[in-house]
Amino acid sequence: MARKQIVILGGGTGGTMTANRLQRRFDADEAEIHVVDVDNRHVYQPGLLFVPFGLAQVEEIVRPRRRQLRNGVVFHENEVEEVWVERDEVLLDDATVLPYDVLVVATGVRLQPEETEGLTAAGWNERVFTFYSPEGAEALRGALERFDGGRLLVNLVDMPIKCPVAPLEFAFLADWYLRERGIRDRVELVYSTPLDGAFTKPIASERLAGLLAEKEVKLVTEFNAGEVDGVGGKLVSYDGRELDFDLLVTIPLHGGAAYVERSPGLGDALGFVPTDKRTLQTPAKPNVFALGDATDLPTSKAGSVTHFEAEVLTENVARYFADEELDASYDGHANCFIETGFHKALLIDFNYDTEPLTGHFGPLPLLRESRLNHLGKLLFQWVYWHALLPGREIPGLGPAMPTAGKRRTPVHTS
Amino acid sequence: MTAMTIAETSVDVDAEGFLTDPRQWNERLAEEIARENGIPELTDRHWLVVHFMRGRYLMTGNAPSIRSLGKESGVPIKELYQLFPKGPAKLAAKIGGIPKPRGCI
Repeated sequence: MARKQIVILGGGTGGTMTANRLQRRFDADEAEIHVVDVDNRHVYQPGLLFVPFGLAQVEEIVRPRRRQLRNGVVFHENEVEEVWVERDEVLLDDATVLPYDVLVVATGVRLQPEETEGLTAAGWNERVFTFYSPEGAEALRGALERFDGGRLLVNLVDMPIKCPVAPLEFAFLADWYLRERGIRDRVELVYSTPLDGAFTKPIASERLAGLLAEKEVKLVTEFNAGEVDGVGGKLVSYDGRELDFDLLVTIPLHGGAAYVERSPGLGDALGFVPTDKRTLQTPAKPNVFALGDATDLPTSKAGSVTHFEAEVLTENVARYFADEELDASYDGHANCFIETGFHKALLIDFNYDTEPLTGHFGPLPLLRESRLNHLGKLLFQWVYWHALLPGREIPGLGPAMPTAGKRRTPVHTS
Repeated sequence: MTAMTIAETSVDVDAEGFLTDPRQWNERLAEEIARENGIPELTDRHWLVVHFMRGRYLMTGNAPSIRSLGKESGVPIKELYQLFPKGPAKLAAKIGGIPKPRGCI
């Protein structure tokens, strides 16, 4: 075939993995692979959770994007202005036009704290924080160190968010941190969510609500945050309920990358890219694919999802070039460790059709606290940089969700 | 799933009273469900939201979230809460005869 141009927007988890897998799949005379990202900082995002508690430093979880890409991949440190879907071209902020045979959208999400009234007004990064960015996580670390009592409110503004378990993990770790500091009895920990339970799926929700109760974290459900008064210390819901705080840790609204909204026919109203849930091709045009947090798929926005998607996507880019039928095998598989403090963690494993169940995943227990899961979570950072991003196969971590080891009862209906 | 009679029509509903078959819906039914849920009268603004929710569900198989509803229906989120006080997306779905919107994981 003639040498193909593959342009990948985004040099994070999905873009890097896809670029490396495609680079290995095609010879240099078959395809040239371009990756575009606005900066050269690749953040190991699961590490952000630990920064506010002094358990990780920002420098330890950031590496240059360029260095995670295989030789031969062309890296452009640019912002994307617009995608011209009709013309198979991408316009960059320095007026470069990149023509493509296949486009892969992997630009993740953008935090939009400014979309919630008052959130970024006075008090932002003083009394109101998010740990979803390196800067925010670092600022929160200082605030937690100075915190000596009062009401610590954890709030998730609205779904979808990256790593939907992270706010719960934050609450669990905050409980542990405050106990270690000997001031837990002076702090009221409150977790507020727009969901009708601790989590989205019944069995996990029940189990996680139980853990919140055990750790004396008050759970406030169906709370749709509409307004923040960072000076007065008040979070107000759209239906007029108020929650006072001395320290607010919020997960702001998420939307897709700004260029998605500027590119006609690419994204939805929130800037997410409609994507086929099985093949990862987009309805925008057959040569446009998407993966990771950037899509509108009904599964978690999480690195594990992106990892499993990358395998199917790589295969489908090759099939698209060969004019073959696409592989429709992505099943929504996701798994996440959930840190619960005291050197323990839970593990959940699920897909589009199967909610997180109890049982076990290989040697690791599911939905049950264990030290082994915590070690798994810590080890994962090494796996991420050295196996996941380079696109190596990881034994026991295939795209299809395993059913062995999962307990199907008790049966819940949703 | 149980069958019940609303506004003299027999419909199938789930445990929380959401219609399980959107084809069984009509506007009289909507008015009755609204009354039962504390909205005595459906104004034009209510109908706009209900029809938007229903149309989107029938077209895509998914009901919009409260955020997309605010962005796309032309009714700001604050007003949505005034119109449907106990959770606009859920209540508008119930009145519009479509299944309960499921929060994504």
